[in-house]
Formats: sequence, structure tokens, C-alpha cells
Amino acid sequence: MQKTFLIGLKDLTLAFRDRAALVLMLAAPFALTLGLGFVTGRLSGGGNTGRLSDIPVVIVNQDGDQLGQALVDVFKSDGLAELLEPKEMTDLAEARKVVDDDGAAATVIVPAGFSDGNPVNIEVYANPGRPTSAGVVQAIVDEFLSRVEVGRVGGQVTATQLITSGRIKPQEAEAIGQAIGQRQVEDSVDEDAVITLKRTTAAGEAPREFDVLAYLAPAMALMFLMFTVSNGGRSILAERNGGTLSRLLISPTTGAQVLGGKLLGIFLTGVAQVGILILASAVFFGVKWGDPVAIVLLIVAAAAGATGWGAVLAALAKSPAQVMSIGSALMLVFAIIGGSFGNNVPLPDWLQTVAKITPNAWGIEGFSALGNGGSLADVTTNILALFTMAAVMFTIAVVLFRRQGFGQK
Amino acid sequence: MSPILEVHNLVKHYNGAAAVKGISFDIKEGEIFSLLGPNGAGKTTTISMLSTLFEPSGGDAAIGGHSVTKDPMAARQIIGLVPQDIALYDDLTARENLTFWGQMYGLGGGSLKQRIDEVLGQIGLKDKANQRVKTYSGGMKRRLNIGVGLLHKPRLLFMDEPTVGIDPQSRRAILDTVKELNQDGMSVLYTTHYMEEAQELSDRVGIIDHGEMIALGTQKELTKQVGERETLRLHVSEDQNPTRLAEAVNTVSGVIQASATDHEIAVIVPSAADALAPIVARANEIGVKIRSVDIQEPNLEAVFLNLTGRALRD
Repeated sequence: MQKTFLIGLKDLTLAFRDRAALVLMLAAPFALTLGLGFVTGRLSGGGNTGRLSDIPVVIVNQDGDQLGQALVDVFKSDGLAELLEPKEMTDLAEARKVVDDDGAAATVIVPAGFSDGNPVNIEVYANPGRPTSAGVVQAIVDEFLSRVEVGRVGGQVTATQLITSGRIKPQEAEAIGQAIGQRQVEDSVDEDAVITLKRTTAAGEAPREFDVLAYLAPAMALMFLMFTVSNGGRSILAERNGGTLSRLLISPTTGAQVLGGKLLGIFLTGVAQVGILILASAVFFGVKWGDPVAIVLLIVAAAAGATGWGAVLAALAKSPAQVMSIGSALMLVFAIIGGSFGNNVPLPDWLQTVAKITPNAWGIEGFSALGNGGSLADVTTNILALFTMAAVMFTIAVVLFRRQGFGQK
Repeated sequence: MSPILEVHNLVKHYNGAAAVKGISFDIKEGEIFSLLGPNGAGKTTTISMLSTLFEPSGGDAAIGGHSVTKDPMAARQIIGLVPQDIALYDDLTARENLTFWGQMYGLGGGSLKQRIDEVLGQIGLKDKANQRVKTYSGGMKRRLNIGVGLLHKPRLLFMDEPTVGIDPQSRRAILDTVKELNQDGMSVLYTTHYMEEAQELSDRVGIIDHGEMIALGTQKELTKQVGERETLRLHVSEDQNPTRLAEAVNTVSGVIQASATDHEIAVIVPSAADALAPIVARANEIGVKIRSVDIQEPNLEAVFLNLTGRALRD
């Protein structure tokens, strides 16, 4: 056991002395997190925490009737007061210019005739420099429009029933149906906000808002964790080629101790890498990771799951170069399907199922939950899934290494 | 003296081909034994089996009484290995390398630190101990490679061609180190294809070729096999054909064996003084210019040439 630990410790030392590897292990994920933090506006919020709030939005209401006003009211509602900073304008060209000058995330243009039920389009003139904020504005408009549609259909149905029952004349149906529909929309807006921020509050703690960096930082860390485990797998074959493996195997050290030490080295390096990056995200970006026990367990589990993959990779490959080329491909595939480049919801169902074999998917979900106020109970499934992944992959790797005769004596 | 190593009919097959064909020999405690043979003769395969890295296809060997097949862990405690290729961690310092390898042999604490200082002194790297190995010259790496093999004070040291590809100064230092270790009581199995190294170091020599031990004994015993014969070394220019000259010289009366290497031919003759004139005349006849001639006393090269019909560096 002591020799296994010493071999692992030696590999950890070597990993952190390899400058090229350090760039990919630490500098690259940190820089990408930093860059994406700016792109998403999380790190360019001008003094605020960067969470989505006070999104400047311009509304040009050319409708001038009830529905147009209802949409304006939604944007000005108390429920969205923290999230939005709405401003009404009448000059369309001027309103667009505000967006062009980066003065607002979007301009919402309500065309004339919207309340009359005419087929018109509500335009959201989005600021490409603020994709997340513009997306929020678009989502609010979409939600409002879907309620309008429900109201209109409801009005039509009610009017038809009134005609059938003989309570109104057919020529009165259009006006009455429209009035009912508008009333339904207005009522629904009054009773229940179209869009609100969901806040979960732990006892005694301030309300939390979604922190995009609690997603991005682990997403990048886990993507480059796959590089680290590939590099660790490469080192097993590099030791074989370099003669140090033979030297280890003729010392009074068993093959199992050597293999265990090599895998421990990969695991320790992975834990150190993800640990440093998570710590850096807390120190430099202010991400609050919450329960320290949960975050440590999740880091350990993610490193273990990824190490399992690194071990299988080393057992399958024929040369150190092959480990790195397959490992790089695996890193990208896992990053794409596992959600390192964004939420994987747009992926087809079967691919989302396949994504569950990646440490990225389980890890990002867990870290994101903790970074947004989750507790150990919220990530227990993720931790167990990652440890199960590690156990399965280690078993496969050991069987493959034994077949190759790794340290039989 | 009792043998520290006894090898019995050791065999190794690779994919059906025999790399080592049933060799047997022993090394006595305190002896330097050289395994001399050309590249591909089976020297490294033999050492790999004796150091428990490869399982023999047949036969066995005992190190300090422990079978390498049945009790490899006990055998490993007795041996040290200096592999042919440098097997070190470039990103660790010399001291860190020695510490790690010492720990693999169960050393630790103050005794390991003391032993590391001793070894660093022995290999002449004390003042460079805290530099990373990747900054070392080839010769320094070779010396550290030896140092790792010495850390746990093995009773039997296997040295597999430790001077390949290094400068003469480092080579000299390594040969002197081997002698010092032997003077301190360490037994050494030294493999080489350099005849001079085997001659300088060895108490006994085993000559190996194509996986077979073709001769075994002290240098005196081996050279006796060649009798009173002498070896002429004829050096030719780079633009000359030594093979053609060797074929021609083989037809000269009194020549026992002529064999070509890079830019020279080795000729075994009963008397160099008598054979030289007709050989030079034959060379002139075929238009090959001889640059210089060396006359050598019977040596291991001549033994190998005599036994195989080939020069050692073929």
C-alpha cells in the first residue's frame, strides 16, 4: 500500500512539473471560464455580481390597446422588477438605435392591431452582444404570446357555446369572443406573473440566483479533466517505453502495486486539478460552492470516474501517442455530449442517455446544483453514479491489463 | 567460493523462435562475469530472465539460492539492475530519483538519505544532485542510471551494456566504478559487445552467440583455444571494399580465417611476421589499398572469430 501511494505521489509530482500539461490542466480551463464569463455577461456586469438582473429593455407599444398595454404591464410588473429595467419609447428607429449602441439587451416592438386579433408579429430586436439577456426578454414575450393564444381560443370556444345555447346572436360573437379572450389574458397576467425568478431559500440564508459560472467553471474543469486522465494513461505506456516500468517490476514491488500506483497518480492529479479550478472559481469569480463536504466528495467522485476512463484508454492503446490522440477525441466528444459546451437539452433523447456515461454530465449537473444552492442530498445521485462509473471502468481496465500480462510476477 | 548465481539450461522463445537456447553458467560471490556477444546474441534477454522481468520458457536460475521462477520476490532483494537504456524520471532531480527508487526497495528515513549521499559520491554527482535529470549530459544520466542500481547494496549487480553510446571519459568512469564495486565485494554480471571491456573487467567470460553459450572460462582459458595464433588487423580506406579483401586474403596460404567489418578485416594467422608480406601482395593484386596494419596478441576477439567465423562487431 505504501509503495502504491509513493508511485502515485511521484506521478502527481511529475504531472505538476510538466509545463505543457499544466497549461492544459489549469491555464486553459481557467482562461476559458474567464472568457465565457465575459461573453455571458457574468464577469462584465459593472460592479454587480453578474447574475441576471436589471436587464435593460426598450418597449415600443404601437398597439395602443388592451393587449399591447398588457404586455407592457408584464415587463413592468413587480415580479420582474429585479430582473428587468424596462423603458418605453415611441420612436422605433430611436429604440433600435439604443440596442445598436448596446444601451439595451433588446427592443420589443408591439405592432398596431395586435389587440384586434389581426395576424401581426411582435418583434424582439435582440442585442447580439448580450445573448443571454436578450434570450430572457424573448422568453418573456413567448410566454405572453402563448397566454394570448390560449385566451383567444378560450374566447372563441365560449362564444361558440353562447351562440349554440341561443344566448347571443351570431353577429355579436366576434366582439364578445375577443372581449372574453382579452379579459382572460389580462386576468392571467394579474393573477400570475408571466415569468418570475425561482428562488430557493435555505433557512437563514439570502436568496440565491442562478450563477452561470457555477456551470461554466466545472464544465471547463471537467472537459480538461479528460485531458489529465488521458495524459496519466499515456504515462503508463511511457513508463513501459522508457524502461522505468521494467525497473519498477524488477524491484520488490508487485505488478498490482505498480498498476495501483499509476492509477492513484492519475486520480490524485485529477483531484488536484479540479480542486484547484473549483477553488479558483470561488476565489477569483466569487462562485459560492456551499457545503464543503459535498463539493469535496463531488470532486473526488468526478476525478475517480474520469480516472476509470483514463485507465481503460491506457489499457486499449498501443502507444503513448495513441492514448493522447484517442484521449483528445474522447475529451471533445464527452465535452459536447456531456454538456461542457452548454446544456445538452437540444441533443436527441438517445444521445442524452448516452451522455450519462460521461463524467462531464454527472459532474456538471452536480457542481451546478451545489453552486446554485444545492446540498449534499441534491448531488448524492451524481456522486454515486460517478463512483459506479469508476468501479466499472477500473474493473475493465484491470482485466485488459491482466490480459496483456502487466506485471504478472 | 559459493555461487551467487546458478543458471541451468535457461531457454526463452518469442513467437516460436528461440532467443536463448538453453544456456548454463554460474557466478561466484565476488566475481565479475562478462557475457560477451554481438548485438542480438541474447544477452539482454538472458538478463531480463535473471532479473525476473521475463519468465523463462524453460530452465531456471537461482540467485542466492532463490529460484527466479518460484521465488522471484526474494531473488529481487539480492539483485540490482543497470538497464541498457536510461530508466530515470527526467523531471525529477537526481536526489528525488534516488529517493523514489530507494523507497521501491523498502529503504527510507535517515538510512536512505545517508545511502543516497554515499551513492551520489560514488557516481560523482553530489554537486548536481538537486538538478533535474533532463538538464544532465548523456554521461551523467548513465552514471545516475548506475547509481539507482546500487542504492540497496545488491549482492549481485546486473549491468546490461552500460557504456553504449557515451563518451570515452564517461566510459572510463563507469568501468572504474565497476571495479570499485567489485573491490567492495559486489558480484557483477556485465554484458557487452566490446571485447576490450570484457577483457579489462572480467574474472571469467561467457561468449554468447545466437542464444547459445559458445565458450566459457577465464580469458586465459579462452585464448588458449586460439592457440599461438595472432590476429592481423588491416585497415582500408572508406572507398575500399573490405569484404572483397577478406575473400581474397582467405585464399592466401597460411591464413586461418579472415573476416571483414566496417573498414577493416581481421585475419587469424599462425605467425603475423610470416603472413604479412603475402597478404599485402594479395591486396595489391586485387587493387585494394591497405592504410595500416595492427598485430594483436590472441584475445577474445580472436576467440570469437575463431569460433564463429565472424568478427564480434558484425
